Amino acid sequence: MNVGLFIPCYIDQLYPQVGIATLQLLERLGLSVTYPTNQTCCGQPMANSGFEHLTQGTSYNFVTNFSEFDYIVCPSGSCTLHIKDHLHDEGHPDKAISIRKKTFELTEFLTDVIGIKKLAAHFPHKVGLHQSCHGLRGLGLAQMSELMAPPFSKPESLLNMVTGLELIELERKDECCGFGGTFCVFEEAVSVKMGQDRIADHSNHGAEYITGVDMSCLMHLEGILRRQKSKVKVIHIAEILNSVNK
Amino acid sequence: MASVKKNQPSMVEFPTLNFAGDTSIDLKAQFIKTLTGIGGSVIEVNEIKEVGDYIKSTFPKPARIVNTLTDLNFEHAYPAGRFEILNQKSDPHDFSNVTVAIMQGEFGVAENGAIWLTEVNMGDQALPYICEHLVLIINKHSIVPTLHEAYEKIGASAYNLGTFLAGPSKTADIEQSLVLGAHGSKSLLVFLINY
Amino acid sequence: MNPQNNTHSELAEKFNRDVERVNWHDKTLWFVREKRDKAAHQIAEWEQLREAASQIKNNVLSNLHDYLIEFEKNAVRHGVHIHWASTAQKHNEIVHSIIKKHGANHIVKSKSMLTEECGLNEYLHQQGVNVVDTDLGERIVQLANEPPSHIVLPCIHWKKEEIGELFHQHLGTPKGNADPQFLTAAARVHLREHFLTSRVALTGVNFAVAETGEIIVCTNEGNADLGVQLADVHIACMGIEKIIPKRKHLSVFLRLLARSATGQPITTYSSHFQKPREGQEMHIVLVDNGRSERLASDDFRNALKCIRCGACFNTCPVYRRSGGHSYHTAVAGPIGSILAPGFDMAKNADLPFASTLCGSCTNVCPVKIDIHDQLYKWRQVLVQNGHTTASKKTGMNVMSQMLSHPTVYRFSGAVGRWVMRTLPLMINNKFNPWYKQREMPKASTQSFRSWYLNQRKHEQ
Repeated sequence: MNVGLFIPCYIDQLYPQVGIATLQLLERLGLSVTYPTNQTCCGQPMANSGFEHLTQGTSYNFVTNFSEFDYIVCPSGSCTLHIKDHLHDEGHPDKAISIRKKTFELTEFLTDVIGIKKLAAHFPHKVGLHQSCHGLRGLGLAQMSELMAPPFSKPESLLNMVTGLELIELERKDECCGFGGTFCVFEEAVSVKMGQDRIADHSNHGAEYITGVDMSCLMHLEGILRRQKSKVKVIHIAEILNSVNK
Repeated sequence: MASVKKNQPSMVEFPTLNFAGDTSIDLKAQFIKTLTGIGGSVIEVNEIKEVGDYIKSTFPKPARIVNTLTDLNFEHAYPAGRFEILNQKSDPHDFSNVTVAIMQGEFGVAENGAIWLTEVNMGDQALPYICEHLVLIINKHSIVPTLHEAYEKIGASAYNLGTFLAGPSKTADIEQSLVLGAHGSKSLLVFLINY
Repeated sequence: MNPQNNTHSELAEKFNRDVERVNWHDKTLWFVREKRDKAAHQIAEWEQLREAASQIKNNVLSNLHDYLIEFEKNAVRHGVHIHWASTAQKHNEIVHSIIKKHGANHIVKSKSMLTEECGLNEYLHQQGVNVVDTDLGERIVQLANEPPSHIVLPCIHWKKEEIGELFHQHLGTPKGNADPQFLTAAARVHLREHFLTSRVALTGVNFAVAETGEIIVCTNEGNADLGVQLADVHIACMGIEKIIPKRKHLSVFLRLLARSATGQPITTYSSHFQKPREGQEMHIVLVDNGRSERLASDDFRNALKCIRCGACFNTCPVYRRSGGHSYHTAVAGPIGSILAPGFDMAKNADLPFASTLCGSCTNVCPVKIDIHDQLYKWRQVLVQNGHTTASKKTGMNVMSQMLSHPTVYRFSGAVGRWVMRTLPLMINNKFNPWYKQREMPKASTQSFRSWYLNQRKHEQ
């Protein structure tokens, strides 16, 4: 199988280490991974702000870069969800539909497609798992607390394969962090308050690191943590899963 | 109305309801547990006379006690004028000073501690809501598991007013502190009788 | 006290200035969400109930016309007067005319969000009719001259000390007494007087059964029942979407309603009014006010399934931290944010953006309204209709151009990062809303793409 690596725009620009960890992790699992070098963005920032009609350019560019792969893997729940739900290209409607079906967020790709049962990863720290909303409720990466249904969690099952890692409990397992795209600036007061409350929950339970499948959530939390001069750090789940003994 | 007809989407059938409560559990126990948990009191008795005794001891000096059951007779217990059997129509406002109202309920519902009663049981429709303390008497064998069975039992019966009554009136509007006794009765005492 | 010109974000910002209060508001409502979870966990068939309720409501919307006709026929058969009001104004006029006909100038009213939507209290007040809201929470906000901030817990934003002070001023309770038991008892006495002296009682309608013509009103306090039983005239006001097909369907809705709203298995009173009491007149006013128009929309029709339980409010992290008044509309919270733009797009254009689209609301909704999907769709509609700022439009256009062209994207990215690294003050200042309470992300020296190309070059 050939895998196309879809790296969200803000990871490409601001958190390349997440992309590097994702690529290395997939290659160590023996996969043939290609990063299409002309990719840009999935279009979500415009669409979520009410400007879906301005996403033809980004959608076209996405289809052009990714239509030839068996699978498309992305270290972001929200970008993956956007592609799955909203990718449309008037010029190539079938290609867009086929891409929607083969795009996966990293953890769901590892558990559902590859079916990995063990990882050679070591991360001896107390870690809090932030359950990003789009991944959780949109992609079904784990069971949400709202539903009366059996629990499961793809990201957690992977973290449980990492030696030395202690996953902490939280008071509100799946409350939103408050990033929400442009919400983070247009509703700044509520956005920050939500982030501060998430951080307090993690800190109160002893987290040294906060992780998750979406760097956007973590970027927002990191901004607050650094302003608070907190010792707590954020780290994308790809980086944890890729932390082999050096 | 025309625009409703014009605008409604294409027809979708409603589902057949396949819900059934669990009749194998101890319905009486669940009913008692649930109703007690929401502020009601429940007493099991074997005959109607015991009801009279309990009421006498629970409400030794009621200002006014009104009863709708003809087989419950303990007027000797209270000084003349304080105990009435309701059998005529009157102005609902006349009941504003009733301390205790006693009436029968049709049946109970285990999952929520509710009792179904209609105007036939109430005597006057205002009585269950206006009294200070409400006493309901139901057959202990009449308890159904859930509202699904309850509505089966109610069927297509024609009442003026039917109500599921579950506990004393209450409110948590002040900082989510639960207070029993809002505008309706301040307490609910239920007798499960062996009819 | 609904500031017409302020947006949700401005009002929410003010709400957040009192950190202790926001924490208290947030915790109190989260507690209600937890109670809902606990109650739902006890019903093994909870998710099937939600599905059944959703499907029943889908059926109602697809056959609304015939159900309304059937309801009217059955209600009229029982001696109930039916009135149809196409607009909020007509509703108010009809209600007033009934009150006037009976020569009353004082009525008691139990909770009805529909009457809030129509602005009935204000209208009647202007016509010289005194309306006393009898639900304790509603009475509290009425005395304070405020609208309710939550459809089920109207004064959730009031602390008991503040209520104590309010009662001291209006009811003469002792100063400083903030005991909920004492205050409730005082309200009972005060409102009893009104119950006993009002000849007209107005209620809302939780459900209206087409098959039987009966209406169901659910309360914990008993205020609706007390008002109706002591009155000569019962006026019940409902939106046309409150219809359900058969009496037995009530089992599904009554099992879901109170558990979703407050975590109780059922409200204390669930009263089924089929015929007026002897000597009493019963009127039902059915209101359209934009509902039939919404019915036509594939995207937004599902909002009409709402049974007004309030679960979406309690679960919404934004509502908990902004309070109902930040939504400046009768029904606030997530459901309010998809209803309000339908009533007035210009005034409520901010509401669908008062959300992170986390999706929690959709998943607690007992009738499975796709709330967060509708919030997204409203955003598109609002922007298409011009309800956005010029600067946002320009910004988005620029962003879309930049992100559609790989070389422009890469160049802008590199420049942006260079500025962040070498001229931080250009970005880290008070004009940058992100920077107000957060540090900016560190700008890396190379993008992932550069690293990748470098790696591939070295591998060759």
